[in-house]
Amino acid sequence: MEVKVERQIRTGLNGDEAVAYAAYHADVDVIAAYPITPQTIIVERLSEFVHDGLLDAEFIPVESEHSALSAVVGAAASGVRTFTATASQGLALMYEILYIASSLRLPIVMALADRALSALINIHCSHDDAYAARDSGWIEFFAENVQEAYDLVIAAFRVAEDKNISFPAIVNLDGFILSHSIEPLYIYEGQDVVREFLPRREPIVKLDPDKPITIGALALQNYYIELKRAQAEAFEATPPYIRKILREYSEFSGRKYDFIKKYMIDDADIGFLVLGSTAGTMRHVVRKWREKGRKVGLISLTLYRPFPVDDFRDAVKGLKKLVIMDRSYSFGSPYAQLYMDVAATLYDEPEKPDLINVIYGLGGRDFNEYTAEEMWEKINRPGVKKIWVGVRGD
Amino acid sequence: MGFIRRLNDIPREEYFAPGHAFCAGCGITSIIRMVLKAYEGPKIIVNATGCMEVASTLYPRTAWKVPWIHSAFENAAATAAGIEAAFKILNRKYGYNKKVHVIAFGGDGGTFDIGIQALSGALERGHNFTYICYDNEAYMNTGIQRSGATPMGAATTTSPAGRVIPGKPQGKKDLVFIAAFHKIPYVATLNPAFMQDMYNKLVKASQIEGPKFLHYYTPCPTGWRFDTSHSIKIARLAVQTRFFPLYEIERGKLRITVDIKKPKPLEEYLKLQGRFRHLLEPENKHIVDALKEEIERNWQRLKMLSQLDFIY
Repeated sequence: MEVKVERQIRTGLNGDEAVAYAAYHADVDVIAAYPITPQTIIVERLSEFVHDGLLDAEFIPVESEHSALSAVVGAAASGVRTFTATASQGLALMYEILYIASSLRLPIVMALADRALSALINIHCSHDDAYAARDSGWIEFFAENVQEAYDLVIAAFRVAEDKNISFPAIVNLDGFILSHSIEPLYIYEGQDVVREFLPRREPIVKLDPDKPITIGALALQNYYIELKRAQAEAFEATPPYIRKILREYSEFSGRKYDFIKKYMIDDADIGFLVLGSTAGTMRHVVRKWREKGRKVGLISLTLYRPFPVDDFRDAVKGLKKLVIMDRSYSFGSPYAQLYMDVAATLYDEPEKPDLINVIYGLGGRDFNEYTAEEMWEKINRPGVKKIWVGVRGD
Repeated sequence: MGFIRRLNDIPREEYFAPGHAFCAGCGITSIIRMVLKAYEGPKIIVNATGCMEVASTLYPRTAWKVPWIHSAFENAAATAAGIEAAFKILNRKYGYNKKVHVIAFGGDGGTFDIGIQALSGALERGHNFTYICYDNEAYMNTGIQRSGATPMGAATTTSPAGRVIPGKPQGKKDLVFIAAFHKIPYVATLNPAFMQDMYNKLVKASQIEGPKFLHYYTPCPTGWRFDTSHSIKIARLAVQTRFFPLYEIERGKLRITVDIKKPKPLEEYLKLQGRFRHLLEPENKHIVDALKEEIERNWQRLKMLSQLDFIY
């Protein structure tokens, strides 16, 4: 693999800044966003890039997240490259338009600085917002660190705008843990470098006075279900194209990207599955536990939607036990969100591991080596199916 | 073509196809047809959810011969803002080199109520677009529920003419002034019975840079309960009774465009419409009086403001 680090700069940025640089280097055309912690730095940096003349884009400082996504829907339908960013309550306010963006097949890219949903109001990390978008027809990536947040935003534009895909994409980065942590990373020297991987968007259809079309019509009982079936099939057909682009990006960047990441999983008895920044913590924990003779391994998802079914089934082969770590809770469901995906994915497999659901880290509660040790103790209790860790008084 | 001196000057070419699903007597198609004629050159239409959208784009057919997009109920202004920004970029960055009119339509529910935030934001940010509220004074598409635009006393399905509460207790929000005081370059009221006034205001709006807000009075036979042949008659009476004054505010200067020196009695307007029928009962005279007072105050206010060089 050719590593083109000579056209990249080693620097230090926090996750939000990295995302802003990615949108800038992707030469985005229209940005509409509304400030919300912990996403705010993204909006601030992009405003600076535009106001300083570094980025030739229209920045629309909208009056709400609902209007943010609505404005980029209008801009994306006009054929240009669009970006927005939000978190938590902002995503909830956008919820109505999430489905419209995907159903109109608009290749919007959104960064989501994952944050817990109120009440009680909390500005720190949960995956409530990421999960809230899971059924809406958006492609969803999870970044583990600041480098991945930068890379995945750039890759997400190629994915979303690919003619075989043409769906919007979210790049999740854990609120504060990534959004506000400065990490070393490589960024490209500028837009000219990125343009080689990500040329100007070529829309399939658009609002064009020379070629009028009607977008967003009324479809009732006689057509709606056929159109939804077509959308479902189109969405389910995206993984090979996403993979191809991630491979191309891996070559381009010199950093490997695929649907899932595995660590010491091949000979493991007990596997752990995580999303986002906790993968870094767990990789460290797994290494330490291996030294203690525990046969453990780690799987983390870079692609969360569409759920990488085949890759996942492959990855868990041979595991006796799989611990699914959810940073959210689904009230009234038998298990939390990621667990239910996994259970459905593995149900038809002839041999599958026992599954345990761990709820952790809600509202930014720290997950560290000690919490991991508490988790280890609890998952080894007989008959355990669903546990919470890091909860005071447990 | 531009401004007209008589109705015959209105261009004949149509950009809105027949075969749509609007009710007979509906006033909405008039504004669509006139906008598409008066705004010359390339244009893009944004539609809020509502009567206009459902009656013109029942998949797989469309009545629109121009690019058209519908996203949701409350976000027509925000969607238009995004389109305007996109075409700015297409011109500046990619050499598109065409001036494109961006025109958003919303009903009174989508504008006075649920869409007012997005509208306010778009007006304040100064996007170069036109927002047209077609006001039939209730949520007609969902079955005639009261809105912030429903006049006092009118019966709707959520403000019925009950024995204790006879119609809507509250008055109508003055959205034209709310829009105007974003200090935008042009606002105007439009009425289909005064076609020349309306058409020339559309032409003027099309030539002004910045946000424009137009308030179009559209009679609704279904919701107001009148014979479909009375649409234009009722629309005319709305102006002649001073119920719906025709005026414009251009860069802060207010001008009454159709002066009504001797208004007709309000009862002539009310008696033609089922939504007001209960108001003509003797026990509801106080509501008609309140309506009349509101109309008079509004007219006097416009008259006084029209004396000023500017109001913002």
